[in-house]
Amino acid sequence: MTLDPVILFFALGVFARLARSELRLPDALYETLSIYLLIAIGLKGGAQIAVQPLAQLWPVALAAVALSAAVPLVLYPVLRAGVRLGAADAASIAAHYGSVSVVTFAVAQSALSRAGIEPEAFLAMLVALMEAPGIVVGVLLARRGMAREAGPGAAAASSWGTLLHEVLFGKAVVLLLGGIAIGWIAGPRALEPIDPVFVGLFKGVLALFLLELGLVAGGRLQDLRRAGPRLLAFGLIAPPLLALVGGAIGLALGLSVAGVATLATLAASASYIAAPTAMRIAVPQANPSLSIGLALGVTFPFNVLIGIPLYIELARRAAG
Amino acid sequence: MQTHERKLLTIITEAAIERALIADARAFGAHGYTVLDVRGGGPGGEREGAWEADRSIELQVVCAADVAERIAEHVLARYAPNYAVSLYLSDVRVFRAQKY
Repeated sequence: MTLDPVILFFALGVFARLARSELRLPDALYETLSIYLLIAIGLKGGAQIAVQPLAQLWPVALAAVALSAAVPLVLYPVLRAGVRLGAADAASIAAHYGSVSVVTFAVAQSALSRAGIEPEAFLAMLVALMEAPGIVVGVLLARRGMAREAGPGAAAASSWGTLLHEVLFGKAVVLLLGGIAIGWIAGPRALEPIDPVFVGLFKGVLALFLLELGLVAGGRLQDLRRAGPRLLAFGLIAPPLLALVGGAIGLALGLSVAGVATLATLAASASYIAAPTAMRIAVPQANPSLSIGLALGVTFPFNVLIGIPLYIELARRAAG
Repeated sequence: MQTHERKLLTIITEAAIERALIADARAFGAHGYTVLDVRGGGPGGEREGAWEADRSIELQVVCAADVAERIAEHVLARYAPNYAVSLYLSDVRVFRAQKY
């Protein structure tokens, strides 16, 4: 199997950064590309929900929300005792892994369509549903842990109202759910005129976005030297184990091979759009270079290069 | 033309706290503000602004000296311990006293 060109774009970004190239994509382009990707993923999911029965959606949606909320609860004690982090850092990193990465999802979709299998369309909705629960649980863990460390005097940085607004009305959730709603209401026929933009250009835009992410991830590699070997090991070991849990849930729910691989990928992925901003506001004591370095510098490249092909292969064997 | 003494308080910090800072500045009596997108570096590392969590802003508030002092005290106590914060005060002269 040849390498997916979008992955080569990511590699080019990392290389350019490590080679200290002056290459830098304009901020406005990054912003535009990420908005495009979120809408395109939402529209595609929504359009197909419009023509498919929804009976299968609800148990999967509930399981996905529960999974996103459970991941930080499992990872937090590991990060505290195993990696020996303080409460704020452990909870922040746990929240990043509980939440999901939209671009990892998009790369998985691209890999699946290259392999000739399409996952259930409603899985796009899971990306939106799995953004928030992990973050909320992570913040709860941080506040409880820090109150124990510092006594009840440790002041909360922001109110729950501010945080929930940030998480539920953040860019990622609004655009994903908005895209799903538009796709669902309009239906596939009405969307045909805008398909050339949102379907035809998708892979090209994803490639450009991965070039940008490669540049960012390459710049994060120096954070990892500070992180130490335990945290590095965590960033490589946690994703495949989480993928096994996600895949097992997908199998139990009776999803297709592509669906199982997608749920495994979502479980294994770590957020770097919604979670970093939300955790920065809610748990300012946590060091962002640890969580972002891990999510973007270790787990994202691992999932894109090794994880996704592995999860697809495992899903094939388990379901086949 | 007559001018009036005011202070320009400049706060360079993380974009994540932009909304909270503006609400605080308003609450302490600032009449207006200006926000710029910026990037830079300090003892804690570089902030290149290439993506969401890495963005920085410069918040400028022109106000009376006592208001500037109250905002600065609040920012130093509440945000400076955990966020990247650069903060300074300069003298400016404005034309319309009632606006600031």
